[in-house]
Amino acid sequence: MAMTKDNIEELIKQSIPDAKVTIEDLRGDGDHYSAIVVSKSFDGKSMIQQHKMVYESLQGKMGNELHALELKTKSE
Amino acid sequence: MNENILDVTESINNEIKTNSVVLYMKGSVAFPMCGFSAATVQILTSLGVKFSSVNVLDNEKIREGIKKFSNWPTIPQLYVKEEFIGGCDIVKEMYESGELLELLKSKGIEVNPS
Repeated sequence: MAMTKDNIEELIKQSIPDAKVTIEDLRGDGDHYSAIVVSKSFDGKSMIQQHKMVYESLQGKMGNELHALELKTKSE
Repeated sequence: MNENILDVTESINNEIKTNSVVLYMKGSVAFPMCGFSAATVQILTSLGVKFSSVNVLDNEKIREGIKKFSNWPTIPQLYVKEEFIGGCDIVKEMYESGELLELLKSKGIEVNPS
């Protein structure tokens, strides 16, 4: 089952409440997205840690239901 | 502890110990089977880095094992001197900022950017 833009945004915001999330459906197929996530909670964390926080918010869906998510994270 | 998981971890450890730069990817360098793997190969190639690649599509245990190994849910995954550097997005961002080239150099990896 593919995920919708809203699903993804909701999950990210559930675990990173202050996150500003911008999601794009790259091919319009509900399977290839890009996301920019901005949150103060990324402050002082490495890129790997920041991306892991987003992946964790997706509760195991990344790499499964969610095939492709191009991810950019920023702290401000 | 499950014996299979130990075997897989050992084989991953061996691989990244034996080779300075290792890319776990879908498909081969000549025929990547996924856009993210292809993009990462392209970046490494353009930096003139010699790297070893592991096609996870050839081995289901490695495919699942590498995700547990790094606690990272996606493939490709780049390792330099046994350290997990990141997936496609991070490698791309580091390449664009010049950070990747610096990292490779600082770890004594031979580079030859085109």
